Amino acid sequence: MQTHEETRKVEVIIGKILRIGVITSAIVILIGIGLYFMNGAGYQSVVKNGVTFIDFPKRFSDIFAGIAAGKSYAVIMLGVFLLILTPVLRVVVSIYAFYKEKDTLYVVITTIVLIILMFAMFMGYRS
Amino acid sequence: MNSMLLLLVMGVAAGVLGAILGIGGGMIITPVLTIMMGLDIKYAIGASIISVIATSSGSTIAYLKDDMLNLRVAMFLEIATTVGAIMGALLVGVFSPNFLYVLFGFFLLYSSYNMIRKLMDKKGEKVYTGHDPIVDKFKLSSTYYDKAEQKQIDYSMKNIPGGFIMMWAAGLASGLLGIGSGAFKVIAMDTIMKMPLKPSSATSNLMMGVTAAASATVYFFNGSIRPDIAAPLAIGVLVGATIGARLMQVMKPRIIRMIFIPIILYMGVQMALKGFGVNI
Repeated sequence: MQTHEETRKVEVIIGKILRIGVITSAIVILIGIGLYFMNGAGYQSVVKNGVTFIDFPKRFSDIFAGIAAGKSYAVIMLGVFLLILTPVLRVVVSIYAFYKEKDTLYVVITTIVLIILMFAMFMGYRS
Repeated sequence: MNSMLLLLVMGVAAGVLGAILGIGGGMIITPVLTIMMGLDIKYAIGASIISVIATSSGSTIAYLKDDMLNLRVAMFLEIATTVGAIMGALLVGVFSPNFLYVLFGFFLLYSSYNMIRKLMDKKGEKVYTGHDPIVDKFKLSSTYYDKAEQKQIDYSMKNIPGGFIMMWAAGLASGLLGIGSGAFKVIAMDTIMKMPLKPSSATSNLMMGVTAAASATVYFFNGSIRPDIAAPLAIGVLVGATIGARLMQVMKPRIIRMIFIPIILYMGVQMALKGFGVNI
């Protein structure tokens, strides 16, 4: 069970790093919710297709400008984006973990996964 | 305030169920948001993708700590799923979605039939421990501690090419149809590759977040993810998934299967009918 014991150590490290990522995103979202109750959304409501809703930032420049101005929705969007990044963090840490384990085959496999994922996310950003 | 509380509670429920079964919460969240809250389908899909990621990330922490998931199987199969998802996204409009809905719908119905047969099997949940050249080459066999049965279970698997193709198809379906692929992932591991149900569910949980991350960026930047919906939902789901990942480990695999079957049965009927133009 040598291999499995090695894998265990590695999985525990991944678990810890992943937890830091998830907790960070949750805290940012919670700060955003707190700000919302203190100051409101921070953005104007708009009417689109007959539905009224409050506008919110989608691009990084708008999000960071909003955060600088203490707008709750901008803080939430940052937290949500951090949450979207947590699976990427999982893949990155797995590569390092397999490398520590000297498992070249899985370093290659996991790197391929990361490349495909980055490509897909880049496509998503461009679209 | 009220809708925020509702989203939080719904998130907890979706997170618990999703973490136990290895599926995203889309099938709970989308109908509640569109029918009960009258939300545009665009925002409902954005919300459900956030729920998938939160379920995945919340449960994976516990499953890694308790050695329930199989990291090698996850990364090996993730290649198939992500390639499938990209191909699906690029091929939108090439295939008739109706045909695909019918195809995947019937596949789910067939899978539920298979799962019912497995449930009826007098010998209970069998663990496959045979040898397979691909499993050995890719070091896929592993072990987990079943808290319900209070014993260490060593397992192997087979039909890796079949599982790989199924994972690719699951990715394709999620890219083309915008549906979650958690149920297909669990079926690929449990039914096709003969992995035990608990590590199948835990591994599916890890994988579905990675698969969803790509489409989540699309929805994030095109404005489908609304902060007022995503915030309470994400927090609720994270809490729910943490609870669900603990619950799952003390549940008997048979009970998990009993919850899984009606859900894929419902999904199968819903998808097949959608293919014929009937929405339920």
